[in-house]
Amino acid sequence: MSMIGLFFFVAIVGLTLYVTYLASKRTNSASEFYTAGGGLTGWQNGIAIAGDYLSAASFLGIAGAIALNGFDGFFYSIGYLVAYLVVLYIVAEPLRNLGKYTLADMITARFNQQKIRGAAAISTLTIVLFYMIAQLVGAGALIQLLLGIDYWVAVLLVGIMMTTYVLWGGMAATSWVQIIKAVLLMIGTVLISFLVLLKFDFNILKMFTDMKSVTPAGEAYLNPGVKYTNGLDTMSMMIALVLGTAGLPHILMRFFTVKDAQTARSSVVYATWIVGIFYILTIFLGFGAAAFVGSEKIVAANAAGNMAAPLLAQALGGDLLMSFVSAVAFATILAVVAGLVLSGASAFAHDIYGQIIKKGNVTEKEQMNAARFASIGVSVFSIILALGAQTMNVAFLVSLAFCIAASANLPVIIYTIYWKRFNTAGALSAMITGLVTALVLVALSPNIWSPEGTAILTGTALFPLTNPAIISVPAGFIAGYIGSIVSAKADARKYAEVAVKANTGLK
Amino acid sequence: MEQKVERVLQPQKNYDYEKIAASPEFKSLIRKKNKFLLPVTIFFLLFYFSLPLLTSFSTVLNKPAVGDISWVWVLALAQFIMTWTLCMVYVKKANGFDADAESIVNRHNDTKGSDRP
Repeated sequence: MSMIGLFFFVAIVGLTLYVTYLASKRTNSASEFYTAGGGLTGWQNGIAIAGDYLSAASFLGIAGAIALNGFDGFFYSIGYLVAYLVVLYIVAEPLRNLGKYTLADMITARFNQQKIRGAAAISTLTIVLFYMIAQLVGAGALIQLLLGIDYWVAVLLVGIMMTTYVLWGGMAATSWVQIIKAVLLMIGTVLISFLVLLKFDFNILKMFTDMKSVTPAGEAYLNPGVKYTNGLDTMSMMIALVLGTAGLPHILMRFFTVKDAQTARSSVVYATWIVGIFYILTIFLGFGAAAFVGSEKIVAANAAGNMAAPLLAQALGGDLLMSFVSAVAFATILAVVAGLVLSGASAFAHDIYGQIIKKGNVTEKEQMNAARFASIGVSVFSIILALGAQTMNVAFLVSLAFCIAASANLPVIIYTIYWKRFNTAGALSAMITGLVTALVLVALSPNIWSPEGTAILTGTALFPLTNPAIISVPAGFIAGYIGSIVSAKADARKYAEVAVKANTGLK
Repeated sequence: MEQKVERVLQPQKNYDYEKIAASPEFKSLIRKKNKFLLPVTIFFLLFYFSLPLLTSFSTVLNKPAVGDISWVWVLALAQFIMTWTLCMVYVKKANGFDADAESIVNRHNDTKGSDRP
């Protein structure tokens, strides 16, 4: 690695460790650890949400997908952004008003039962684990390519960094790592987009015209259908993208870091602007990479196209820009996995240990110890899984995480806030049905089974779609409905309390 | 670093939530909210799914709109504009709801339920 590359990496590691050190001095209670004391402002949390959300899959994955598949790659950008309207209109404010540290807190605000909390914690941990393995395996492969170090060294490096942030700095450090990363990512993306536009003389029409002739797909590059030829599968993926965000535990957790619903609202607005601008710019990253790097070279570096953005940076700005973009990609990975560790640890330490095993009878010190042990546990477990999953195609893990979030979490969240007749049986059946349907259908899908042996197992897939959301999301909603209707009557008094709290912030 | 905010842990007050929920001002707030949230949510979901539906089951969007830019890019950009617009519309509306919610909270802040544990 060049000296300048080393400088960027050391600078990012140093800066993030410094904010962790600052945060560590105040991280001395469970509330500080999980939610930074609820003291973040709207813009801070908004940028942190963007930093939590724009994973390596977004930055490197979508840039590569657009470079290789044209419009089909841009589907992700659209789905990931419109998802914020679901978050803003349906989930953010009631969640802030009802919850404390975790998603389970919010659901048990209405159904105070251990099995409900347990089910919510298990679905949280499942989503976190799938998402985390995807990020770590992707990170390992990427850093291996960027720095020329072994895969296992790369995974360990990322693993140690994420554990350090969370263990000592809790949510305050994690938030600031996410804020730093979001700012760096936007600077890098705007810079590359500017250079791409410069090459096209700032003429968008010319850019589109040129794109018709520079890729192997020819004119088809600018129209949908290069990659997604199965209409049902496309619809299914778009359902998972737009509904999944509002059920992702590490995103939902961010709403507990602000003091009230108004601040939660303003943070979604900041996040939506940043995330939206970023996703618009993915067009320039993708087109630029296709035009100035070329699909042959992109595929040669990484078959999934993940190296498109760093290669584009090199083509446009030489080693200096490439080093910067690589360091940004590294920061991106760190910020996302730190958020994941924290939400996994909260489900384990707060929900399962604190509320279920200890029934809420825990001292502040016990809570902190549990949170730290759980963070180490979640980190070590996912590092081990990621080390064993090196050769696995991980793209489907991310879409699976979105799918489980949309199928197991979102129906319960919506029913809990808005449906009077909803009850314990309904909540349990919605969560279990959504989770199991999504997992089973993926296990039977072409992601796992391929007749030619290109997937994990050789054989014919029993379920034809790569993303099961079109079945599993309705299954979660229907199970919640039927479970409620066939069982004992709902507690109207409890719903009155939840409705008042959710809509007024009264505590 | 953000300012240190001490959050005072207040003892759980025993509001009479049923009474608040049954009050005309709360009911009117919920009605106002639903009247706004429900149609807009249905609209943006329909608008969103119109894109993959049209690209998956028809080729109408492949026709050029401006130069070599086909309609599919125009509809995709419209999704971004819709998201930002509805985001700002929501904030404007929600600020109005805040005032209503606050007056409900103030009105009931001293009313404590007697039958709560």
